[in-house]
Amino acid sequence: MDQNALIEKLKEVIKPYLEDETLLEKVDGDTHLIDDLHINSANLVDIILDAEDAFDIEIDDESAERMITVKEALAVISEKIEA
Amino acid sequence: MKPRRVAITGMGVVAPNAIGRPAFTEALRRGISGIRHFPDLEALGFGCCIGGQPSLSEALKERHFTALERRQWDANNLLYGIIAAEEAWTQAGLPREQEEPDWDTGCVFGGGISGVRTLSRGMRLIDDGRVKRLGSQTVPQTMPSSISAYLSGRLGLGNWVTTNASACSTGTEAVRLAFEHIRRGGALRMLCGACDTDGPYIWGGFDALRVLTRKHNGDPQRGSRPMSASASGFVPGSGAGALLLEEWESARARGATVFGEVLGCYSLSGGQRQGGSMTAPNPEGVRRCIEGALHQAGVEATDIDAISGHLTSTMGDPLEIHAWTRALDRRGKDFPYVNALKSMIGHCLSAAGAIECVATVIQLYEGFLHPSLNCEDLHPQIGGQIAAERIVGENHSQAPRIIAKASFGFGDVNSVLIFRR
Repeated sequence: MDQNALIEKLKEVIKPYLEDETLLEKVDGDTHLIDDLHINSANLVDIILDAEDAFDIEIDDESAERMITVKEALAVISEKIEA
Repeated sequence: MKPRRVAITGMGVVAPNAIGRPAFTEALRRGISGIRHFPDLEALGFGCCIGGQPSLSEALKERHFTALERRQWDANNLLYGIIAAEEAWTQAGLPREQEEPDWDTGCVFGGGISGVRTLSRGMRLIDDGRVKRLGSQTVPQTMPSSISAYLSGRLGLGNWVTTNASACSTGTEAVRLAFEHIRRGGALRMLCGACDTDGPYIWGGFDALRVLTRKHNGDPQRGSRPMSASASGFVPGSGAGALLLEEWESARARGATVFGEVLGCYSLSGGQRQGGSMTAPNPEGVRRCIEGALHQAGVEATDIDAISGHLTSTMGDPLEIHAWTRALDRRGKDFPYVNALKSMIGHCLSAAGAIECVATVIQLYEGFLHPSLNCEDLHPQIGGQIAAERIVGENHSQAPRIIAKASFGFGDVNSVLIFRR
């Protein structure tokens, strides 16, 4: 899956957790999930589970902790898809 | 300090026969039953396959919950409780977008088991070694205090926020706790009530205890028969009721509509002695509880125009009526009018008292008494104590001024409230 397709799919995963969906328009690699998208830390737990389902992967705790920005989230997802 | 008077300035209800005050008022007037047959209970081999469950439309859910909440929440008790509480809040004309918490408003909202489906799903994941898959929602939906926690966040409540539990007297007890807190000057407003959920995981235990009727799976609306000779066990139900209680002067100063007044209350336990047990109230405890409530409210037995009974459609009904006749020293044609909301909606467990309190206040405010269904064959032990005409029939338009509301719960815990128009 190319990077553009990945990011679009990740955006779909994140979308239900946003109070303001228009924030998605400005998402790039440096977007911070909690600070920029105002996702609370409890919902971050759910986003990781939804990403597991959407990409058909398993994300271990160590990798989950790295998923703070969009760039890092995509890196973890790519790694797991290739693994 | 003189105890403060306590007004009711908002009501909300999610009941098996209607949702929201206007529809519920109409259902009460017309004696609409909310009891139906549940094929899933039959498939699971339940003895009692009938019950009462509020039907929430998608439009109603969209009005109260975000898309994420609708997706993540499977705890019906929370949906019922929040819808009822927010209706009471809106009716009272209170704001919810304020930046600072409302330090003068709190909440006592009770319940039974919260999020039983969430728990069951979670337990299966844990047993499969997949604890991580629980996600974020297990704890907030399964805390006993989930309902009051959500209400305080949604409405910005900054006073005392808690949850009570006393089985089937929970809802009535919540109103009592809220009333006393305001009366003592602890808060200006208290949102109070209770919610409970439905389905096999909640109703199964009662089915196994054989306290539910097994004789009306083919005619559900005839199954809940309080005070009837052929009553054969209660019909389970679910839902929520909410009252917004407010200190009298605060209500007046805001120009709020006052739907009624709480005059007094009493709670006690029969100690599971003298015929009382885990599942049945000590009749002596019931009598004392009624007398205690009259005394606290400062009213005489002759002031009681009507009784909203606990009356569950079990063999406890004649004992309850006997306790009322002794506590009030009124019998035959001199007995107050009496009705049983459970005849329409079944026994909504922890929420029962709360929904019945809402029904009581509606009857006082609108000036009518709702019919008590399915007791055309009055139990002879009740007929021997009070005149049949005192059991409210259809089209009863005599406006009551004071109603006594009683609830008795497993564990032999009782609460009685006195309401005035």
